[in-house]
Amino acid sequence: MEYLIGIQGQDFVLVAADNIAANSIIQMKQDQDKMFKLSDKILLLCVGEAGDTVQFAEYIQKNIQLYKMRNGYELSPKAAANFTRKNLADYLRSRTPYHVNLLLAGFDETDGPGLYYMDHLSALAKAPFAAHGYGAYLTLSILDRYYRPDLTRDEAVDLLKKCIEELNKRFILNLPSFSVRLIDKEGIHDLEKLMPVGAK
Amino acid sequence: MALFDVSGYKSHSELRGQILGTGVGHLIDRPNQQFSVPVGVDPSGFLKSCSREGGVSIDLNHGTTTLAFTFRHGVIVAVDSRASAGSYIASKEANKVIEINPYLLGTMSGSAADCQYWERLLGKECRLYKLRNKQRISVSAASKLLCNMMLGYRGMGLSMGSMIVGWDNKGPGLYYVDDNATRLSGRMFSTGCGSSYAYGVIDSGYREDMTVEEAYELGRRGITHATHRDAYSGGVVNLYHMQEDGWIKVCKEDVSELIHRYRKGMF
Repeated sequence: MEYLIGIQGQDFVLVAADNIAANSIIQMKQDQDKMFKLSDKILLLCVGEAGDTVQFAEYIQKNIQLYKMRNGYELSPKAAANFTRKNLADYLRSRTPYHVNLLLAGFDETDGPGLYYMDHLSALAKAPFAAHGYGAYLTLSILDRYYRPDLTRDEAVDLLKKCIEELNKRFILNLPSFSVRLIDKEGIHDLEKLMPVGAK
Repeated sequence: MALFDVSGYKSHSELRGQILGTGVGHLIDRPNQQFSVPVGVDPSGFLKSCSREGGVSIDLNHGTTTLAFTFRHGVIVAVDSRASAGSYIASKEANKVIEINPYLLGTMSGSAADCQYWERLLGKECRLYKLRNKQRISVSAASKLLCNMMLGYRGMGLSMGSMIVGWDNKGPGLYYVDDNATRLSGRMFSTGCGSSYAYGVIDSGYREDMTVEEAYELGRRGITHATHRDAYSGGVVNLYHMQEDGWIKVCKEDVSELIHRYRKGMF
């Protein structure tokens, strides 16, 4: 039902998430923000079981901030991703596993941009592009076909638009709007919300 | 974990070892409460077995319609009053709004016992907050307290869908909190098995610049039409209006009378 997508360029990462918070067949909220700011240059996108998503993401967010307070410097995106994965893994075989799917996007001074894919079984993979949700079945092939490592910012946004138009055309559920953000060496930038034509 | 150490939260196994010794009990730690539970208990499995047909059946009270929406002049809260246990109507005048304090209301849907207990506990926590901090708790904090109570009992079969409504320094506040620790802030929510019918009416009739009387009528209409279609909702409409200086109870009207009043437009 929910959809996340991330595209890494040469010196930026572009991420987008849908804005619907649903409960069985009802849309409870149409402007839900599924991106959590872990630090000035790291975003965590989180979808999955109701309740688990926000609770797990806020738990990671506060722990990352605590690390900065205690040690005086921030975790890198790679370290944050591995920390998140370890938490998922620890809870996986407990009585209360967190059923969440995540994308972690960040910009590191030394390593550059990074996009990390994590799922509810606590897999972790660094990838040039990734998506979560039923929408991924429709859009991963578009990313395979048109992605290039040297995409400019505008080209990446166009690629994202292509994916969202495909969802609007073929996906059975109506996803009327998507939050879009871009991370580069300057930090996190909010881009214009994408609202595919033909939807409300 | 870092946060774990800082919060002063004693680990579950540490406390159990100190107090009970090994293999005796199963202590569920919570900052507010401690429930001693026998070893091997499985609340959700037990509840499933009680809902089987043909045997002893404990049907939790699930049937409800509640709604709340914000508009220019505050927040309107409207609820029905039918408490059903399966197909039996246990009460036709149940009270599904808890008046936490003059500036906070909570609605109840799902299991009546769960809602009443946890929202009364929330009331206690709000009062303690006010005594400790000399100022009223914000709607955001109150809803977060309730959400975290639900989180502590994740997977154990609680059933609660509630809206926390209030007016604090940031203005009118409306939060939806449910038993899987979902917490959403918004301008319009409806819960219960009649919620889809209520959404239809209030979505199509809502305007941000409604007058107070129009808003009352919309709340009444939402509940009435939902009770007409949903077998598990009915009784009376209890209507509240959350204003800047606190909530007022607007009216309590029988839905069968309301539906006859509306008949002309319906058939």
